[in-house]
This record gives sequence, C-alpha cells and structure tokens, in this order.
Amino acid sequence: METTESEQIAYIASQAADARVNVEVETDEGMTLNLGPQHPATHGTLRIIAKLDGEKVIAAEPIMGYMHRGYEKLCEVRTYPQVTTLINRIDWLGSFANEVPFILASEQLMEVEAPPRAQWIRTLLFELSRIANVSLFLGDMAVQVGATTPVFYAFRDREFVLNQIERVTGGRFHPNFDRIGGLKDDLPKGWIEETGSVIKRMRDFCDEMEDLVLGNEIFQARTRGIGVIPPEVALAYGLSGANLRASGVDWDIRRDSNVGLVYDKIDWKVWTHPDGDSFSRFWVRLQETREACSMIEQLLENIPSGPIMAKVPRIIKVPAGEAYVATENPLGEMGFYVVSKGDLTPFRVKIRSASFSNMSIAPWLLKGVFVPDIISILASLYFILGDIDR
Amino acid sequence: MERGPHLCRVDLPFLSCPIPQGRVMAEIPEHLLKRAQAAREKAAAEQAANPQEAPTSSGDNSQKKGSEPETAVIENDEQAEAALAILETGLDGKLLQSHIAPGRGLWIRVAIDDWRKAAKVAKEDLDCNFFDWLSAIDWMPSPYGREHDTEQDYIDEELEDETLTKMEWGYTGGKTRFQLICRLHSISRNIGVMIKADLPDNDPRALSLIPIFPGANWHEREAREMFGLTFEEHPDLRNIYLPGDFEGHPLRKDYPLLARRMKPWPGVVDVELMPGDEK
Repeated sequence: METTESEQIAYIASQAADARVNVEVETDEGMTLNLGPQHPATHGTLRIIAKLDGEKVIAAEPIMGYMHRGYEKLCEVRTYPQVTTLINRIDWLGSFANEVPFILASEQLMEVEAPPRAQWIRTLLFELSRIANVSLFLGDMAVQVGATTPVFYAFRDREFVLNQIERVTGGRFHPNFDRIGGLKDDLPKGWIEETGSVIKRMRDFCDEMEDLVLGNEIFQARTRGIGVIPPEVALAYGLSGANLRASGVDWDIRRDSNVGLVYDKIDWKVWTHPDGDSFSRFWVRLQETREACSMIEQLLENIPSGPIMAKVPRIIKVPAGEAYVATENPLGEMGFYVVSKGDLTPFRVKIRSASFSNMSIAPWLLKGVFVPDIISILASLYFILGDIDR
Repeated sequence: MERGPHLCRVDLPFLSCPIPQGRVMAEIPEHLLKRAQAAREKAAAEQAANPQEAPTSSGDNSQKKGSEPETAVIENDEQAEAALAILETGLDGKLLQSHIAPGRGLWIRVAIDDWRKAAKVAKEDLDCNFFDWLSAIDWMPSPYGREHDTEQDYIDEELEDETLTKMEWGYTGGKTRFQLICRLHSISRNIGVMIKADLPDNDPRALSLIPIFPGANWHEREAREMFGLTFEEHPDLRNIYLPGDFEGHPLRKDYPLLARRMKPWPGVVDVELMPGDEK
C-alpha cells in the first residue's frame, strides 16, 4: 500500500506528538520547534512555539498561563493585610519587593505614612531582595550560554543574603513582613554588622562574576549584538527596569518618581548602556548589584532610630479612592492599582508586573534570530514565570 | 441577614445547580460566634478608648484632602495641571471628566469613540511614549457580597447595604458597568496619566491601541478573556492565560469564586481552632 508524502508527514507528526519530542513537524513553511513548557531556560513553565526556516526563527510565540493563579480575583476577597501573603508569590526571588508597592498604595489611600526608621528598613530589605534576585540572574545567564560554574557561585553567595533576610523576617523566600503603616518587627541585634560583612562578600561576588563571565570571549560572542532592542521599541512595549536602561533610556523609578522609600537620602547612580543587546542587559544588572551593595552600606550607616509602626486602626479599612504606586523592583516596574470603596477588602487590584511587559516584546525580538540565541535572549530579558502569570 | 435583591441574574452554565439567593455559607458553630462577639466587643471598647483612631468610612475622598493638619499634603500639582491643559486642547474639549490627586497622579475620562484618539494625543502632545499597562474595571458590586462574609465580619453593620448593592464609580465618575483604563507615562515630563473610557453595556468593544503602542497586544488579550471585552482591529484575540475552552470571564464581579462557595473564609477575626484546642 502506497502512502503519499503528506500522509507520511501527518503520521510522523502524530507520533512525535505522542512521544512529546520537541521537534514537531516539518511542512512546506518550515519546521516548528516547541520549546517547553518544561525547559531550564524558562524559569518555570513557559512554552515557546518557534517556526523555523533552517536555523532562523521566522516567528516565535510564547504561550503562558501554565502558572496562572488569578491573584487579581483573589485579592478582591481578602482584607488588605491578607493580600501581602499572596503577592509575595509573584516574583518569588525578590519577594519583599513585591509587598512594598501594594502597601504604599494602601498607605496613600489611608493617608498614613510609615515612620522614618520603617522606611529605611523597607529600603534596606528592598535592595537586599534585589541582590538576592539579580545575583541569581548573573549566574543563570552564564548557564544559558554554556558556562556551568558561575551559577554555583551565585547560589552559594546568594544564600548569605537570604540568611540576612531570614534573620529579620523569618522567611527566606516569602517574608510577608511589610504592614500598612510600618513593619512587623525591628531589626534583630547584631544584624547591621553582619549585613555589612555579607555586603563585602557580595561585592567580591560581583568582581568574581565580572572576571569569570563578562570578559569571556565565548560569552561576548554569544551576547554582543544579539537581541538588540532600540529605545523607542522598548518604550512602546512597556519594557522597564534594567532591560529599558540597557537600551539607553535613563529612567529609574527609584530616582524619578520615588514614593515612600528613602532613595533620595542616599548617594547613588543610575546605570545605563547604549547598546540594547543581551550583553548590555547583563552589564547593567551587574552594575546595579554593585550599586545596591553601596546603597545598603549607606543605609546601614545612617539608619535612624525611632518607632517602626505608625498609628493605624486595628481593623484596617481603606477610604474610598484609587491609587497607583509603582516601584523599581529587581525585574522592572511593578505597580499596584488599588481601587477601594471604603471596605475591608480592595474592590479591584490591578497588578502591573514587570515580566509580563518585558516578555511581550519576545515575538518581535525573536523574529530573525538563530535557534541557540532564543535561549540567550530569553535569559537576558530575565523573567520569573510567577511575575508573568500572576 | 437579608441583603436585598441581586443586581444581576446569575447564569452559570458550568454549575448544574443555580446559586441560591442569599447566603450559601455553612452554618457557624455557636462557640465561634461567642468568640467573635467577644472580639467585637473588645474592638469596640478599644475604639471607644481611642476615638481618633476610628476608621473613616467616608466615600468622598477628594474633599478630605486638605483636612490633615499634621502631614504636609500637597495642595495643588502644577505639573499635573499643565499636563491636563495640554490634553484638553489636544482632545478639542472632548474630555468628559478629569481628576487630579495632588502628588499622586492625573486621571481623565473620555468617550469610548475617542479612546484611541486620547492615547494618540497623550503620546504626541504630552510625550507619553512609555506604555505602562491597560486593563478594565467592573464597577458592578459583587452579587455575592464580600465572599468571606461570615457572622464574625459584621463588625459595623451600617456599612453593609450601601457599599454592597449600589454601583459607584471612582475618580472621574462613570456611566456604565465596564470601564477601560490605561496608564501611559511620559519620561521627559515625568508624569503618568490614567485614561478611562466607559464601555457600552450591551456591546463592550473598543478600538485596539496596537497601532499606537504595539505593547497593548497582550494587555488587550488579557482584558478580553478576563472581562469579555472586544477590541477591534486586534490581530489575535485568543486567550492568553486561560485554557481555550474556558467558560466565563473570571474578573467580572458576577463570576463566583468557587472555592468560597465550598468553604467559608474564616474572615477578619481568626477564630479557627488550632490543633489541641477544645471546643
């Protein structure tokens, strides 16, 4: 019995789908490559369907939703203090930074301001989460282009930062420490000195990463001039954070529209890079980690004394109104649009997460690149799946 | 606890039984009610002792702005006013309503026909080239109440009927149930603007913003699946998060949270028995 070519292709395709192999079908329009949902480069479960012509990507489409948890709906049935438990889990590598914009938005509506010491500790923990988050990126990016060693260094040194966060909050990943009007607790005894030595270690880690990765010829060959995002495209897609600054846009929420944190009281610098390629995104994040180290040192030195909690009612009821507060999280701009009707629960919470917008450029960016570059570009965009799917 | 008539008919094809009117929560045991009563009395006593701490439930936020003597509230926001003037001239007076919360932002509301034009004016005249986000709000009060209403939560009863049954809009008002909202940011002027537009009740559709901001693509897909809105001229309105055969639009207020149908939430006052506790 003779079979036509198209029947054979259909048969092979069905077999391939059954076996769940990555390469799906080859048709007249080219080959379809399925990446994920389980792939080490996706930081979770992200699937990318790429249409190939030879080694070139003609079209790539990210498919999300494998981890969608419906936080916007769940926030509507929780009281304001209960919401922080949920939003901890959006970007799980820098959890404390997630809580801050929501708490600040609620405080704006309640017209409450946290006492100075609470603001300083918030900023401290915010920057510590940035180091905990971005240091993993520095190691992970190297893994995606083929160097296995740096990620172990990253995991090793990041542990010291997590220990410091744990000593204050009691949680390594999900602190749930921020409260409306202040913080749950004060810093434990001896924490400031210990953190100082941890920061010295993280500075060494940054130098080590620079020596190991940044000057490496293979790393440069895999990242220089790859995945270039022009500034106007980055803005139109809503890219934020280090991705935007790596495209040469000098915009940092910490400096430009800072709400409730003490970035205006310390001396620091916003790093930008004009190239907009994968390499510059790595470079900007490396510099930001160093900058965060120096910020923490200044914060530790000048931390004021005083109470850590403002006067707030025992049962928190937020007056009617709308507020949007965004902060410069490790992944980019994270904002909460809180609509209150004067009830115990928020009426609507819109979560503007950084990775969702950062990833929305992927179909545009992956068009025309080569297959191995998909991985390095995705790694350099740096997303956390919880931050995309919410 | 009668809550008055529901605002909309609940029609859920995926539930075999209709949701009964009124409360469907489980019975609350006697001892928990007693504990809740004690907690309520304690809270009332605390609030009576410190009257200045009493939470305000006033709905009109804009009038309260200047009444805080100890904190320095910014009375007027010149930057936002200048931006508003630019938008007003750019839109030829088609701006329906505006609101400036000093130091917190600028809200404007336009008719749905001017939705794309407003974004274009903001981009060209106000230099808002950063597309922040786009979403929608369902202003209908939830027909299920707070979803975690148990007896413990009736700490102040007078609030109940007003806020849970009446449709109220936030800043810049509104007319219909669904409102589109989009935030654009101007990096050169360092100001963000919220653009709102009412969507017609019978046919919630708007023009897509993709020709102006390509980044609106995924945000509009999300708004479509979560609220059941339609965006014209959008190339690809498939679901982005939910499975393709998902029924209903989860962020609509009349979409029930099934977990809460099954088991009531303990509520504000934590009275759940711990292991080892006796009744």
